[in-house]
Amino acid sequence: MGLLNKLNEPYEAGGIILGTFEDILNWGRARSDWYLHFGLACCAIEFMAMNASHFDFMRFGTIPRATPRQADFIMITGTVTLKMAERIKKLWEQMAEPKYCISVGSCANCGGPYWEHGYHVLKGVDRIIPVHVYVPGCPPRPEAFQDGMIKLQKMIKEEAIFRKRKKLEEDSKIELSA
Amino acid sequence: MGEKKRIELDYSKIESDRMRLNVGPQHPSTHGVLRLEVELDGEIVTEVVPHIGYLHRCFEKHAEKMTYPQVIPYIDRMDYVTSMNNELPYVMAVEKMLGIKVPEKVEYIRVIMCELNRIASHQIAVATFGLDAGAFTPFLYFFRDREYILAIFEKASGARLLFNYFWIGGLSADVHPTFKEDVLAIVKQVRKTNKEIEDLLIYNKIFIERTANVGILPADVAINYACSGPVLRGSGVKFDLRKNEPYSIYDRFDFDIPVGMGEVGTVGDSWDRNIVRMREMEQSCRIIEQAVAQMPDEGDVQEKLPKRIKPPKGDIYMRAENPKGDLGFYIVSNGTDKPERVKARGTSFVNLSVLPEISKGYMFADLILILGSIDIVLGEVDR
Amino acid sequence: MTINEIYEQLKEDYGDSIIELVENPPLDSSIIIKSSAVFEVCHTLRDKPGFEFDYLLCLSGLDLGENLAAVYHLYSMKHAHKAVIKTIVPKDNPKVPSVEKIWRSADWHEREAYDLIGIIFENHHNLIRILCPYDWEGHPLRKDYKEPEYYHQMKVPY
Ligand code: SF4
Repeated sequence: MGLLNKLNEPYEAGGIILGTFEDILNWGRARSDWYLHFGLACCAIEFMAMNASHFDFMRFGTIPRATPRQADFIMITGTVTLKMAERIKKLWEQMAEPKYCISVGSCANCGGPYWEHGYHVLKGVDRIIPVHVYVPGCPPRPEAFQDGMIKLQKMIKEEAIFRKRKKLEEDSKIELSA
Repeated sequence: MGEKKRIELDYSKIESDRMRLNVGPQHPSTHGVLRLEVELDGEIVTEVVPHIGYLHRCFEKHAEKMTYPQVIPYIDRMDYVTSMNNELPYVMAVEKMLGIKVPEKVEYIRVIMCELNRIASHQIAVATFGLDAGAFTPFLYFFRDREYILAIFEKASGARLLFNYFWIGGLSADVHPTFKEDVLAIVKQVRKTNKEIEDLLIYNKIFIERTANVGILPADVAINYACSGPVLRGSGVKFDLRKNEPYSIYDRFDFDIPVGMGEVGTVGDSWDRNIVRMREMEQSCRIIEQAVAQMPDEGDVQEKLPKRIKPPKGDIYMRAENPKGDLGFYIVSNGTDKPERVKARGTSFVNLSVLPEISKGYMFADLILILGSIDIVLGEVDR
Repeated sequence: MTINEIYEQLKEDYGDSIIELVENPPLDSSIIIKSSAVFEVCHTLRDKPGFEFDYLLCLSGLDLGENLAAVYHLYSMKHAHKAVIKTIVPKDNPKVPSVEKIWRSADWHEREAYDLIGIIFENHHNLIRILCPYDWEGHPLRKDYKEPEYYHQMKVPY
C-alpha cells in the first residue's frame, strides 16, 4: 500500500495528491453505491447468499436500501413478468440521477429459459429500462455478481461528469437553435 | 401565551376510518414479489387480500411444449430453494407411468439429496423468519452452513441452486468419491448450528413474545384449506407423506414427525410452525445418517431407457413431501413424447391462501411475521 | 375404500349423474360425473361417513380439444383413501358449480382454472383472474391460444 505508507511521513512525501476533481468525486461515488433491495426470482436467492458472510457483498461499499429514492443503482435479479414490468419502470423513474442498472441472470437479460413460450415474461428488462451491466448465468454464481459489481464500479470511475454535462448543454443548444 | 388548556379526549368517540395499505410487490419482507392489499383499523389488520402472479412464468405452458426430460429444468425453477425435492415427484410419476424401477443406489442418493435440500430450505425459512422478527445474526449463521450443503450439490450436479440432477430413470451423474464423508461432516455441522440457533433465537424471550400466540391456525381450518407441511403439522396434525404414504424408500428409515404442541403459546401459532422446521432438520439428519450407512457403494445410476420417452396414455397424480409441504404433479399423457398437460399443485400456492384467514385481528407488524411463518416461495405460488 | 366401491356407492345415490368409471391401471382411475351434480356429489363425498374426503388435493382444468374438463383430486385424512372426480363441459358453455363452499382451498384453484383454462365456476364469490394481470385477454392454457403481440406497449414475443 504505497499511498498509505506515505501517510506516516506526510511532509516528506509532500502530503498532496494531485488529481482532478472529477477523479476524486468518481472515486467516492464508485465506492459507496447504495442499491435498491429488490429480489424477483431464483437469482435473488443467489443474491441472498451473496449478501451473507461467505461472499460478503458489502465490502464493495454497497448498502441495501428499501426505497428507490435512496438508491444509486438497481439490481434486477430474476424474471421480469409483464405484470411486474410496469412497477419496475416506476421504481426506476423514482430513482435519483445518476442511476445505474445491473441486469442479473439470463431472464433479466433476454428472457432466459422462458424466451420461447413465456407468454407472460418480458424478454429482457432492457426493453423497458436502460441496462448498464449484464451478468449472464442461470443463476449466475456469486462470483459473477461480484464481477458485475466491479464492472459497474469501473464504469462509474471512468465516467466524465463535467464534460458530459458540457456536452449535454451543447446538445441542448443545438436542439434549441435547430 | 395564554393559559394551557388540558384537552379532555374520550377515545371511544374518536372515529377512525379504515385505511387501505398496499404492501409490495417490491417490499423487503414479502419474500419476493407478493402484493398484499391490507385494510387497517389503526394498527389492527381487518382484511388481507393477496394479489399474486407477479412471477407467473408459464410453467404449465412450457411443460406442454417440452419433452418429458426437458420439463425437469423448469420444475427446478418452480420452488427454487428446494429443487431436488421438486424433481422427485415428477420423476417418480414418469417412472411409474413407464413402469421402471430405479437402481437401489439411486434411491439412496435421491433420499440423501432430498433431505439435505430440506435442511437447506428450512435454514432459509428460519433465517428469513428471524429477519422478519428483527434478528439478523441467525441469517448469517444459516447461510454459512448452507454454503457447505450447496458445495456438495455442486460437486454432484455441477450447479449451486438449480440442479437438473434427478433424471427419469436415474441421476444425471454419480456422486463424487468422498460423498459419504462430506455428508456426515455436514450433519455434524448442522446439529451444532441448530443448537446455537436455539439458544440465540428460538428460545429468546423477545422472539417468543413476538411469535407466540400470533397467527393461530386451528387444525380443522388447516385441513379445510388443504395446508400441508410445517403449516399443517404446526397445528398439531401428525401428517407426513414420508410416513403416512411412504414413497421411494422412506419406509426403511426410522424418524419421528415433529408437531406443534403449543409449548410457549397456543397450538398452531407462528412459533409452533417455526419450531417444527427446526425439529425437522434434526429428523432429516437422522434419515441422512441411516441412508449413508445403508447406501451401496457400487452400482449404476441410470436405468436403461428408450431413446424417446413415451409414457402410455392416461393420467397420474403423484405427490411427495416437499420441505414446504405436499407437492403434487398431475400429468396427463397422450402417448407422445410431450405431456398433454402438467398441473403442479404448488405447495406455497395452497398454503398462502390461508393467510387472509389467520391474519385478521392482529397488528400489522404481526402480519409480516405470520407471512414469514408460512414460508412461501413466490416461484411456486405463481409458477 | 377403493375407487370401485366409491363408484358403486355414488352410483346408488346419484344414478344417472354418475357417468362412468375410467380404469387405467397402473395409472389413476377416475369417476366421471355430470357437471350439474358436482356440488351435491362433492358435498356427499366430504360429509357422508365412510367417504369423508376432507382434503382437496388439487383442482385442475384440462383442455380436451372440443371440451374442457375439471379434475378434482380428493384425499381423506381419516381413511387415507383417494378419489379422482372428473367432469366434462363443452367449450362454448364451460360452466361448473363451484365447490369453494365445501373446501376453502378450492377458492384459488378455481380462480386459477378460470384464469388459465377458462372454466366458469358458478357461485364462486370472487371469480377473477389470479395469475395473469386483471386486464389480460384470453385463457393461455387453451390449446388454440395465441400469445398477444403487445401488452401495454411492451412487445411480448422474443
Ligand atoms: S436466470 Fe435462471 S436462475 Fe435467474 S431468474 Fe431466470 S430462471 Fe431463475
